Amino acid sequence: MKSIHLRVNGQAVERDIPDNTLLIDLLRNGLDLTGTKEGCSVGVCGACTVLLDGKPVSSCLTLAVTADGCEVTTIEGLAEGDRLHPLQKAFIDYGGFQCGICTPGQIMSAKALLDENPHPSKDEIQSWMMGNLCRCTGYYKIIASIQAVADGKVTP
Amino acid sequence: MIAFEYVEPESLEEVLTLLEQHGEDAKVLAGGTGLVNLMKQRLVQPAYLIGLRQLARSPELAEIRPNGGLTIGALCSHRAIETSALIQHRLPLLATTFQHVASVRIRTAATIGGSLAHADPNQDPPPALLVLDARLRVQSRHGEREIELSDFFVDYYETALEPEELITTVIIPPHPVGAGTSFLKFLPQTHDDYATIAVAARISLDGDTIAQARVALGAAAATPLRARAVETALHGQPLTPQVVRDAAALVTEEIDPLADFRGSAEYKRDMAVVFTQRAIERAVTRAQEARGSV
Repeated sequence: MKSIHLRVNGQAVERDIPDNTLLIDLLRNGLDLTGTKEGCSVGVCGACTVLLDGKPVSSCLTLAVTADGCEVTTIEGLAEGDRLHPLQKAFIDYGGFQCGICTPGQIMSAKALLDENPHPSKDEIQSWMMGNLCRCTGYYKIIASIQAVADGKVTP
Repeated sequence: MIAFEYVEPESLEEVLTLLEQHGEDAKVLAGGTGLVNLMKQRLVQPAYLIGLRQLARSPELAEIRPNGGLTIGALCSHRAIETSALIQHRLPLLATTFQHVASVRIRTAATIGGSLAHADPNQDPPPALLVLDARLRVQSRHGEREIELSDFFVDYYETALEPEELITTVIIPPHPVGAGTSFLKFLPQTHDDYATIAVAARISLDGDTIAQARVALGAAAATPLRARAVETALHGQPLTPQVVRDAAALVTEEIDPLADFRGSAEYKRDMAVVFTQRAIERAVTRAQEARGSV
């Protein structure tokens, strides 16, 4: 067992966890933050993407003990009350999702991109988002949703 | 997930002490994108997992430095290498190669030392590092030694690293004047996948003679490898299309590709010849551009 202290979506969290706990299991089972989805479980599909100290990581490959002392942001941390984050609004307005299971990961990856590069080109969006798979294959609308936020067309 | 005890030492000395104490029962964890996958599949089952997170601020392990050539700390992430102004300027081959690896999410976590120790033969960086004559500095409680990268990969997921040793630095010697480099990753699937075949080349020209040649492949055998027969066939030869074609054809003597869903062994052999020739040609073009003759 290890005792860890971290901040999740701005809230201080303290937990005693088995050493082999994965971050995704801490989030989903320990903290009831089930917005983060588990897809492939091997770091390829991107459904489990969360931000660890602002950087995108696969929470299915991240040990929770290595998040000790860190800030974790999940999809639940984006909206402020009823006010959606511009990316969330854009995915709705521009049809950026179909079945929705990849969406939390898509939005967290897109947030990491826009935090680092607020005005990416279409090529930069495509190459950044390459690691987030959508099995409904709705890629064009995902790109359009992110482009709309980058172009300032979406107000929260 | 298997059970293990996680420890996170504050210093390199502590890491080396734990490695000596626990030997093969311990594994070190850097980015985790390779190791955690192997542990989830129970292919690797360490009793002790030694996290290197606290060493990420150590200059030796975490910095990229000009040093004649370059030294890259083992804990530098793929993303740090891809975006380093120093590497983009000095060794654009490395920046491009690391940019080809998986997705930005994986590149953010995966480290250069971790990926080399992981020794998956399908990875992109090893062929590029091999043609740059990279060496690894490794350390244990008993001192340090350097290993040529071409001697490092022993077998499928096996390296020359002893259980008590840690890779601390990747050393890239000064680039030969007028050398041109290339890296070609042939992948019919998606861009974040492993290659069907990957080839890197570095060619130095002396007038119209090939002064020095390095050719290395990934996804072509149980380890990343130098194609020495190809290099020998180029060395000291006049630069003609026939010489390049004949040399590239020799690559089939060097490789032993595994059939998988990225291609049959026979297909990979054929593609190895094609991409070896193209990689040499591209490196030659870059060498010619470097000396301003084109």
